[in-house]
Amino acid sequence: MSERMPMIEMRNVSKHFGSVIALSDISMEVYSGEVMCLLGDNGAGKSTLIKTLSGVHQPTHGELLLGGEATRFKSPAYALDAGIATVFQDLAMIPLMSITRNFFMGREPTVGWGPMKRIDWKYADRIAKQEMAKIGIDVRDPSQPVGTLSGGERQCVAIARAVYFGAKVLILDEPTSALGVKQASVVLRYIAKARADGLAVIFITHNVHHAFPVADAFTLLARGGSLGTFRKEETTREEVLNMMAGGAELESLDAELAEFQRSDSERKADADGSEASGTRLAAGQ
Amino acid sequence: MKSNPSPQADAVEPQDERIQKVSFWKKALSRPEFGALAGTVLVLAFFIVASSGTGMFTPAGILNFLEVAAQLGIIATAASLLMIGGEFDLSIGSMIGLAGILIAIPAVEYGWPLWAAILLAFCCAALVGWINGNLVNRTGLPSFIVTLGFLFILRGLAIGVSRLLTGRTQVGGVHDHIPGDWFATLFSGEVATGLFAWMASQGWIATNFAGNPVVTGIPVSIVWWLALTALATWVLLCTPYGNWIFASGGDANAARNSGVPVHRVKISLFMFTAFSATIFACLQVMDTGSADTIRGLLKELEAIIAVVIGGALLTGGYGSAIGAALGALIFGLVQMGIFYTGVNTDWFQVFLGAMLLVAVLFNNFMRKKAMEAK
Repeated sequence: MSERMPMIEMRNVSKHFGSVIALSDISMEVYSGEVMCLLGDNGAGKSTLIKTLSGVHQPTHGELLLGGEATRFKSPAYALDAGIATVFQDLAMIPLMSITRNFFMGREPTVGWGPMKRIDWKYADRIAKQEMAKIGIDVRDPSQPVGTLSGGERQCVAIARAVYFGAKVLILDEPTSALGVKQASVVLRYIAKARADGLAVIFITHNVHHAFPVADAFTLLARGGSLGTFRKEETTREEVLNMMAGGAELESLDAELAEFQRSDSERKADADGSEASGTRLAAGQ
Repeated sequence: MKSNPSPQADAVEPQDERIQKVSFWKKALSRPEFGALAGTVLVLAFFIVASSGTGMFTPAGILNFLEVAAQLGIIATAASLLMIGGEFDLSIGSMIGLAGILIAIPAVEYGWPLWAAILLAFCCAALVGWINGNLVNRTGLPSFIVTLGFLFILRGLAIGVSRLLTGRTQVGGVHDHIPGDWFATLFSGEVATGLFAWMASQGWIATNFAGNPVVTGIPVSIVWWLALTALATWVLLCTPYGNWIFASGGDANAARNSGVPVHRVKISLFMFTAFSATIFACLQVMDTGSADTIRGLLKELEAIIAVVIGGALLTGGYGSAIGAALGALIFGLVQMGIFYTGVNTDWFQVFLGAMLLVAVLFNNFMRKKAMEAK
């Protein structure tokens, strides 16, 4: 009951696929009303981690605690029931289906009984429209295909759906990576709102400029292991960026770029100086 | 996201103003069955003119082409649900042949009551559908390959079993077993015979020399067709299961992540197509009084044609049962129409293939339009 009881916690979680160790000994705590940013390069284990959290994979070792109780999810459906909603990168949206059909996919509201049991379309349309309006997207017609929405709007439908169905933990897999600046800000604003509503949010991203404004803490993954969790107060944007990309690599990249620039300008100067670049090339051969 | 600060400007932004932009036509065009409806009207108009005076559009003629449409429509309905669910079933035609044998041999050769034989056929169909569905789910192979295998397996089984048990590939004499069997009568004869007799007595419809109506009733196959189409449409548009069918076909992975039991949906759809093939076989066996192992040849492809003409996407996730029914109706109209107008029936297949291509092109075009309609 204490304030500091994590909403969801991973204790020494490992995941092996045959001989491949995808995750090793990860511990992480996420509190309600907080955004935990999961950072890491490609292949760091971010996807495996969220799939373990959302019930797609079961951990090989270690345990998951939801609200302080150890749990095990046999499938994504169990995790959903427990209040862990994942918005996957591919959105779990079907472009040719209507907004309402997508919104209620798998959890359709019904009226009637027995063989007359049917979807309550009126109610479903109203809720879909209303939930979208809450996040500032004014849907003209909830029966229009999701494919007609922009990327940011689709992402918001996916998040709105998760929130509407009572998610306590919201896992977002790179929700802003494919979006333009304006659309990304719509999504980020919505993440901030979800946090204010008391959800525990796990936000996976590559983009530190997206991560920094909304995150309360950062967990860094590298090669299947955790490099640690940092509170936002304890760190700066540059530090996070450095940790994310491996600071040394970025520095060497800087050096390399500077080298390119130097040799470029040298060549230019050369070309200007020589009579014809063609003769120089021929001579070189 | 409403960046407009003035409340007045907010008030001047009524919902209707934007809704009006979506005209009735645009709405109609974005329905999957629109193309099939337009096609039906065209084909109907053509034959009304071309076959005038030939009796194609007398009550008897109408029932003729409706019966052709009904037989195909029964399997096309099931095939449309399956295609919307993202899969194919190429074993429908062979299932028709096998189911016919499974009904006729026990009834004629072993003295089973017909209802028991029909039940046996339905049980076998359920099993075939279940195996098809499970193979597709478990192996992840395209259903095209899995059911292509069953196209040959089932046809071979039908021929092998009937030759083994009876020494022949045709079994006749089913008619003698129909009277008194309540289950078999569901698949035979006509309905509304009383109504037609009454209409004849009122002089509203043509009668023969004995004063009986020329058309004595509506063949039961037409009733099955309409009932199945209505059922499938209800399921697709109004039930959660229908939503799961669209979702499974649209993106199985996304559906699964949202908690849709994709595997169960697909297995049940494969079972339904095998069921529909068995209904087809029942109707045919009761009608002709015999079973033949080569019955149903190429029916699976005809069903797919009807479904595609009806506006379904081959890739799944989009389509309608009403469209499939219209596709079957076009099929029946053209087949009988060519016969009535005296065109060489060889041309039927040319027309069918061309129709299929036009329908696919049209559907692709419409899907793009639907996605643009913002």
